[in-house]
Amino acid sequence: MKLRTIIFALAAAAVSALPASAATLRFAFQGEFKSLDPYSLNESFTLGMLGNVYEGLTKRDKDLKIIPGLAERWEQVEPTRWRFYLRKGVKFHNGEDFTADDVVFSAERSFNQASDIKSRIQPAGTKAVKVDDHTVDFILPSPNPILHYEWDTWYIMSKKWAETNNSAAVQPATGTQMSYAALHTNGTGPFIITEHQAGVKTVFKKNPNWWGKPEHNIDEAIFTTISNDATRVAALLSGDVDFIDPVPLQDVQRINASGVAQVLQGPELRTIFLGFDQMRPELKYSNVKGKNPFKDVRVRKAFYLAIDEKAIADKVMRGAAVPSALMISPLLFDLAKDFKRPEPDPAQAKKLLAEAGYPNGFEVEMDCPNDRYVNDEAICQAVTAMLARAGIKINLNAQPKSKYFAKVLQSGGYDTSFFLLGWTPGSFDSWNVLANMYRCRDEKGVGGNMNLGGYCNQKVEVLTEKILVEPDKAKRDQMIKEAYTIGQEQDVAFVPLHQQALAWGISKKVKLAQRADNQILLYWFHKD
Amino acid sequence: MADTTALLVTRITTRERIRAVLGSDLVYSFLRSRVTIAAAMVTAIIVIAALLAPLIAPHDPYDLRQLSLLDSHNPPAWLSGGDMRFLLGTDDQGRDVFSTILYGSRQSIAIGVMATLFAGMLGISLGLIAGYTGGTVDAVIMRAADIQSTFPAILIAMLIDGTSRALFGEQRNEQIVFWVMVLSIGLSFWVQYARTVRGSTLVEKNKDYVLAARLIGIAPVKILFRHVLPNVVGPVLVIATINLALAIITEATLSFLGLGLPSTQPSLGTLIQIGQKYLFAGEWWIAIFPGITLAALVLAVNLLGDWLRDALNPKLR
Repeated sequence: MKLRTIIFALAAAAVSALPASAATLRFAFQGEFKSLDPYSLNESFTLGMLGNVYEGLTKRDKDLKIIPGLAERWEQVEPTRWRFYLRKGVKFHNGEDFTADDVVFSAERSFNQASDIKSRIQPAGTKAVKVDDHTVDFILPSPNPILHYEWDTWYIMSKKWAETNNSAAVQPATGTQMSYAALHTNGTGPFIITEHQAGVKTVFKKNPNWWGKPEHNIDEAIFTTISNDATRVAALLSGDVDFIDPVPLQDVQRINASGVAQVLQGPELRTIFLGFDQMRPELKYSNVKGKNPFKDVRVRKAFYLAIDEKAIADKVMRGAAVPSALMISPLLFDLAKDFKRPEPDPAQAKKLLAEAGYPNGFEVEMDCPNDRYVNDEAICQAVTAMLARAGIKINLNAQPKSKYFAKVLQSGGYDTSFFLLGWTPGSFDSWNVLANMYRCRDEKGVGGNMNLGGYCNQKVEVLTEKILVEPDKAKRDQMIKEAYTIGQEQDVAFVPLHQQALAWGISKKVKLAQRADNQILLYWFHKD
Repeated sequence: MADTTALLVTRITTRERIRAVLGSDLVYSFLRSRVTIAAAMVTAIIVIAALLAPLIAPHDPYDLRQLSLLDSHNPPAWLSGGDMRFLLGTDDQGRDVFSTILYGSRQSIAIGVMATLFAGMLGISLGLIAGYTGGTVDAVIMRAADIQSTFPAILIAMLIDGTSRALFGEQRNEQIVFWVMVLSIGLSFWVQYARTVRGSTLVEKNKDYVLAARLIGIAPVKILFRHVLPNVVGPVLVIATINLALAIITEATLSFLGLGLPSTQPSLGTLIQIGQKYLFAGEWWIAIFPGITLAALVLAVNLLGDWLRDALNPKLR
């Protein structure tokens, strides 16, 4: 009897271990996939993952061009009134119909206190108004020709579903209590999340009732986090997973030579940079008391000059990074060529620090993620050593991204003195960079929400407002250039480091489209 | 005149003592075992090299100002692309692997020794008290030991480390981290000492010399430490030696898991952790050399402990 049970169990196990007949894709990323609430964290990876499940009014194609999403078409009735005609017959995963009410609800929800995507609908004070069940008007206080540029990652949620499940409020990124919407999804997209163990494993299943025409053949996709670089590569080469992101740069050659997988590299639009707290009267984590050294432009400039970005790009990034003089990729701004990084000059850096009153340097804590960007912790360590030569002692606090973001972002009260961060402008346009990172903000984060250091200059402020409404490209580019000249060259609001290269590890069985914003979009995956 | 006599007397006693030590069974069995001599030499070399690290190491890997990223990922000097300045190559931050091994061993040995001392003191005291007092005190101490021994040492060390993180915040300075490591490793190893000492104490406390000491009214604490302790300390030495090896391994494990000293002060475990990222990429030297050092050190200390156990065991003579 007992023996039979065992045989039975073994047989059952053997059957379940057989590969499913339909295409199952297994993929792994270095960091965790935590909250499923699409408004919790304005971060490319999380937004990309949720982009398989949720959809915005607009979408972006493989070349990042804006295409219709949940809105079939749209028009500017007048400069301050945009009309969106919603797609008919679209259903949420739970069977509810998608209507104008959901759009109005989602717009309001994006302004929620805990929302990390408050800047999606700009300028402040814009209202969504239902015209009929499938038409929504957006009424703007002042014109904004790029209103819809970032709407591909402003995902529409179901009003009824969110309200019945007590999820009308956004799950804060810092929160330990996960709300219903942080653990479940109900989108309109091509995939349904059927299982989510926050930070461990997430299962996506094909949505058979999706309104669009699927270009993929994935029936099931299983996501896991593999934070260890060597393990992630080993998993790809052994066939345990079909896709990894990112490939550790030291293993690119080995994967390409393996015959079972290859590395797909491409330019990425994300800029990796260092930022300073320039807002608090006294730094939270430093031995300088009573004043904030980063308020002094000479100190910021000294940090900039102390860093040898070429060495970082060559050695830490193994050449897979382009040093940047701006906070935006040159691919996204035509006049970027007019800006040059200063040559590293530790002696000059020391001199500037001495002039600013710190001849012996000072001590400051640096916040750094260790599973977000390519070699992020190694970059921070290199920066630590370079600054040590200028007399600055950095106490490095490298943490997983979930803890790191919860500390440094608005939801954590901008709890940082000096940090490393990466930014891809969601609209692929400079206005996003200026509005999110150079615009002044208050303590609560109203204004430049991603301006973690609280840089503030009225000239840049005024220019940012003008750029938003300027229709002429040449004029607009000149204004952008002027804003960068003030904010970056003169004020050194940040220390831009580089644009990292995308490096995806892909099994030979898989074909896909790689988009320069590094979002993993399963609906372009094809597995043999 | 009187002074000279006194000196003479001392000299004779010292000489006699040395002779007594050299003629002892312990030295005899040591000199007879080649493995033990080799183990002692390996231990001595590593310990001395570690102690003199600031003098012999060509670089100071903990001084960030000396690091240059341009020197990173250099292979050992004898391979093509190697640099004579970096005998065993460099790691991903441009640290000289050889120097880092020296400095790292220093950290590992210091933490190991301090943790073993701490565990020994705690375990011996508790064992003596439990064995001598008996009753409820004995029961409480020994049950606590039983409970703790059901958890793996590394788990307890991680628990204490985690608690300290909550107490001091994520950013703790090197001093605190060092002592937290000592404490967490020490606290996870006291059980063995307590058990051994308690057992011996139970035997010793009914012997005549203890009874005599009690009769003439010597305080219990004095009896324990002056009379009982010297007679139970033999087995403790054996445990301490083997525990030293375990403590060093535990330190390396904690560092490997990223729970140890900050990454700007790599110990052997940290180096191995950095190195394993580059192992597949062909940069084997970052992980292998510290690994060999750690293995050699731990094996040698273990062999010494083994020898000590046999030498002190009258049944094996």
